Amino acid sequence: MAHVLEPKAKTLAEAGSDAPYGVIGDLDPRLRVVMACIFAITTVALTTIPALIAALATAISLLMMSRLPIRRTLKRMAMMDSFIIFMLVLLPFTMPGEPMFSVFGFPASWQGLWKAIEIGLTANAVILTLMVLVGTMEPVTLGHALHKLRCPEVLVHLLMFTIRYIEVLREEYLRLRGAMKIRGFRPGTNWHTYRSFGYLVGMMLVRAIERSERILGAMKCRGFSGQLILLQEFRMTRRDHRFAVLLGGVCVGLLFLDYL
Amino acid sequence: MHIVDGALSNPVVIGGAFAAAGGIAVGLKSLDIDRIPTAGVLSASFFVASLIHVPIGPSSVHLILNGLAGLLLGWAAFPALFVGLLLQAVFFGFGGLTVLGVNAFNIAMPAVLAWMIFGRLIGRGSPVQGAIWGGLGGAFAIAATTLFVAVSLALTGDEFLPAAKLVFFAHIPVMVIEAVLTGFAVLLARKVKPELFLKGSSA
Repeated sequence: MAHVLEPKAKTLAEAGSDAPYGVIGDLDPRLRVVMACIFAITTVALTTIPALIAALATAISLLMMSRLPIRRTLKRMAMMDSFIIFMLVLLPFTMPGEPMFSVFGFPASWQGLWKAIEIGLTANAVILTLMVLVGTMEPVTLGHALHKLRCPEVLVHLLMFTIRYIEVLREEYLRLRGAMKIRGFRPGTNWHTYRSFGYLVGMMLVRAIERSERILGAMKCRGFSGQLILLQEFRMTRRDHRFAVLLGGVCVGLLFLDYL
Repeated sequence: MHIVDGALSNPVVIGGAFAAAGGIAVGLKSLDIDRIPTAGVLSASFFVASLIHVPIGPSSVHLILNGLAGLLLGWAAFPALFVGLLLQAVFFGFGGLTVLGVNAFNIAMPAVLAWMIFGRLIGRGSPVQGAIWGGLGGAFAIAATTLFVAVSLALTGDEFLPAAKLVFFAHIPVMVIEAVLTGFAVLLARKVKPELFLKGSSA
């Protein structure tokens, strides 16, 4: 599903081989999901800047351990920052508190600045950990792990179907775009563009639905009963326990640092 | 539209998580085995459609199409859009983990509301009439989503109010674009596969 971003990259890095992600790749997927959640909840609970910096440092050291392409991952993280930067820049001006300086007569407050930094640190630490721990899995493995963690079966099915067909439908989308291009379509701010894009979306949906009917037929023919048959057995090893204790300890440490 | 971790207060995050869990549960109940492939394929196509960048003046916006998702899927749009958000957070780093519930609610609830209000109207009358209702549904879903985002921010603290207002006004062009595109998408679907919305309104 990931060539949505770049050609040939399956998840965040190359996929296909068994465990290309160093220490992280060998861990039990279930554990990675659970630890990512625990770390996220802990980080959101933190309120002091030093503790949050420590949390971000933890996330970055996890990134180092995972052998993910560091620049690309950080770039992706920065992409998220570009979405929130607007809100963060605004915060010092809208939060009441001690004035820091003023721009065109609007005072900026220290409290607002700290709040903005706090949000920025939290958001980056959590999303980075999530990408490192969970984003390095094969999407299908994620589905299986969620099923083992007692997610509703239908939801896991939905997830797996979505993962499977994002790829297929993107190819279809590119084919349709190619067909438009070859006929001289160039997008711009005009009615023709909007109509063409609308038809494009409509066509994609109609074809998707027809495809889903064929899929259902094919699946019924093979005896699909809504049950998930898992191809992978997950096993917790000693290393998994060690990792859990380590990261759990870090979380407790972060909370303690926050409390100080 | 994505809210990130750490921005919202705990009650809002927890409330959002419960609301989303409820919506997902209702949505899953409406999905029997026969509808799982349809919902999955549509969920994937909305994921792909959200990568389409539509030019608007010097800039461009990417589509959300939650209105259209709701019109086609009804309550099932809830788990379908949730899955999309989950994949975006995990593999692309958009949004966040603890705010997944709030984000899912903000995007999926308007989809369901659009279906409740406009779902039946789309299958009726001429294709053009259906398309107009569809366009209204698309605009409504985006308006409701920005409103929900604004409310989540406002509930967290007054300091976010200006940002919340800004989010709303910044999305007015997006509403127009989504309305036009959803309208045309419905128009095409009504002409090519008229039974689509008849089935959708009875499900």
